Amino acid sequence: MIISVASGKGGTGKTTISTNLAMSLAIAGQQVQYLDCDAEEPNGHIFLKPNIETTEDVTVGVPEVDLKKCTGCGKCGQLCQYCAIISSQNDVLVFENLCHSCGGCIAICPSGAITEKQRKIGTAQFGKSNGVYFGRGKLDIGAIQTPALIRHIKKQIQEDIINIIDAPPGTSCPVITAVKGSDFVLLVTEPTPFGLNDLELAVGMIRQLKIPFAVAINRNGIGDDSVINYCKKENIEVLLQIPDDRKIAENYSRGVMIVEAIPDYRQKFLKLYEDIQKLRKNL
Amino acid sequence: MKELVIISGKGGTGKTSIAAAFASLAQNSVIADCDVDAADLHLVLSPTIRKRSDFSGGKKAFIHTDKCIGCGVCLSHCRFGAVVQDDNADETASGLKDCENCEHCKRSCSVRDRTLIREMQQSMGLAGSTIFRIDSFACQGCKVCVEFCPVNAIDFRLVVNGEWFISDTRFGPMVHAKLGIAEENSGKLVTLIRKEAKKIAEEQNKDLIIIDGSPGIGCPVIASITGADLVLVVTEPTLSGKHDLERVAKLTSNFKIKTLVCINKADINPEMSGIIEQQAAELGLKVIGKIPYDEAFTKAQLMKAALIEYTDCEIAEKIKTIWQKILYEFA
Repeated sequence: MIISVASGKGGTGKTTISTNLAMSLAIAGQQVQYLDCDAEEPNGHIFLKPNIETTEDVTVGVPEVDLKKCTGCGKCGQLCQYCAIISSQNDVLVFENLCHSCGGCIAICPSGAITEKQRKIGTAQFGKSNGVYFGRGKLDIGAIQTPALIRHIKKQIQEDIINIIDAPPGTSCPVITAVKGSDFVLLVTEPTPFGLNDLELAVGMIRQLKIPFAVAINRNGIGDDSVINYCKKENIEVLLQIPDDRKIAENYSRGVMIVEAIPDYRQKFLKLYEDIQKLRKNL
Repeated sequence: MKELVIISGKGGTGKTSIAAAFASLAQNSVIADCDVDAADLHLVLSPTIRKRSDFSGGKKAFIHTDKCIGCGVCLSHCRFGAVVQDDNADETASGLKDCENCEHCKRSCSVRDRTLIREMQQSMGLAGSTIFRIDSFACQGCKVCVEFCPVNAIDFRLVVNGEWFISDTRFGPMVHAKLGIAEENSGKLVTLIRKEAKKIAEEQNKDLIIIDGSPGIGCPVIASITGADLVLVVTEPTLSGKHDLERVAKLTSNFKIKTLVCINKADINPEMSGIIEQQAAELGLKVIGKIPYDEAFTKAQLMKAALIEYTDCEIAEKIKTIWQKILYEFA
C-alpha cells in the first residue's frame, strides 16, 4: 500500500499529516514506512527524529569527453536538448548542471569519446524511528534534478507494508514523480482562497494521473467554507479536519508531533487510514 | 531598474501576502508572479488581462503507431521510463512473433546490453507486433528515441505547457502565468515571466520589479533568483522554517545575491525567533523585521485585499518599516 500526501500550496501540513499518520500506525502495531520525498526542503526528520543507519550519495550520470578520441563531428551538441554539451572543432564543453542524464551524447558519439561519470546531486538517508521505517532524500544546494533523487528514495518502497510518501508542494515534475504509482493520494489544504486555488490545481493533476484521492483540511476555522463547498460540489471526500489550534502550532514549531502533544489524535489518524482503505475498496 | 525576489524555502510562510503588500506600497513597479506551480498573487491583485499567450517549454516525443515496428530501440534508450508498451497490445504476440523464449540471445550476449539483444532479435527477423507509446508525463524531451528510431516512427513536437499573461492591476502592470496541469518546465516559464516583466519595466520606466517566488530550492527558485538584485526570505519561527532558511540562504549565497530575512508569525515561538535571528547573523544575513501572527493575513485574503489595504494596525506598520528598509538597501 502506497499513500502519498501532497498539496498544491506549500506549508499546508503535508509533513504534519504524513508523520503523524505514520507514527499512529506504528504505535497501533502496523508495519509502516515514511519516505520524505520533499527533497528540496525535507523536514520529516525534525518530527520523527529517526536513528539514521545508512547515508548514501545519490548520483546521476553526466558525460566525460576524451578529447583524444573526439573527432569534432559535433553530433553530441546537435542532439543535446539542454545545451549541456557543446562541441567545437577542437574542444567540447560540458555543463554538468544543465545535464538531464539522458545518455544521448554517449549513444550518438561515433568515436566512443564520451563515457559516463557520476555526479552527486544529493544524499539519501535511511533509518528507524520508534517502529517507523524512515527514508529521506536531500537535494544538494544548486542541484536541479529533484525527480532523479525522488526516484532513488522511492526504490525503498516495500509492497507488503504501508508506505507513506511525503510529497513536495506544487503540481509539476517533482510532485508527479513522487505521487506516481501511489494507491491513494491525500491532498492537504487550508480553508483559504489560496488554499482553494491550489487545491483545484492539485485535484486537476491527480485526476490526470488517475489515482484515487481525498482531501484533508488543516487549520480549520481560519478562513471560510469555500474548500468544503468545493469538495461537496466535486464529490470529493474530506477525510480529516484539523482545527486551527495554537497549541498544535507551538508544538509544531518545536518539532513535536500532534500525537505526542495531544495523544487523542492517534485515533483520528487511525480512522483516516481506515477511511482510506474503505474508499479504495469501494472503487 | 532593480529586481526584488521574495522566496521562503519552506512553503506557507506568507510570501504571497507580503509580496502583495509590497506591491501596494511600491510607487512605480512591475509585479511578477513566478510561483507558476501554484500561483496565488492574482487572487489578491485581481488583474485585468490585457494580453494572453501560450507557453511552450519544449518538445516531446510521439510515436506513430502505424509506423512502429516494435523493435524496442526507443525503450532501450529512454532513461526516463517514458516509453511504455501499449496496454492494448496482446502480451502473447508482444515483441517476438515466432520467439520460443529460449533466451539464447540474452544468455549469449556477453555485455547484457538491451540494445544489442534487441538488434540481434531484429536481425533474426523476430521483431513482432508490440506497439510502444510515450508517456508524456514522463518524457523529458531529450530526443534520443527520435534520433535512434530505425524507421523514423517518432515525431518530436512542440507542446504547449501553459499560458502567460500581461495584466493591469490597481498597483501597476503584472506578468503572471498558469502552468498547465501536471506540466513541466516551470523553470523556463519563470525565466520567460521575468524577461517580460523586465521588458515592461523598461518600456514604462518602472524602477522596480517585485517577484513572488516559489517554495523549495530547485529549478523554479533558481530561475527566479538568478541575476536578481535582492532576495527577501520570509521564514517562520519553527524548526522547519529554520532548517529551510539555512538551505535557501546557501543557495542565494552560491548565486552571490544580497539576501535579507523577515520572520513572519514571530510570536508563535519567540525563543525560536531569537534562534533564527542568531542563525541569520551567522549566515551573514540581516533580519529586517519580525511580524507577529495575525489573522489579518487570512482576512485580507478573503477580502481580496493587500494587507495594507485591509488593516492599519501593528502588522501594517511593521510591513511598511520592512519596505522602507528594502528601499534603503536599493538606495
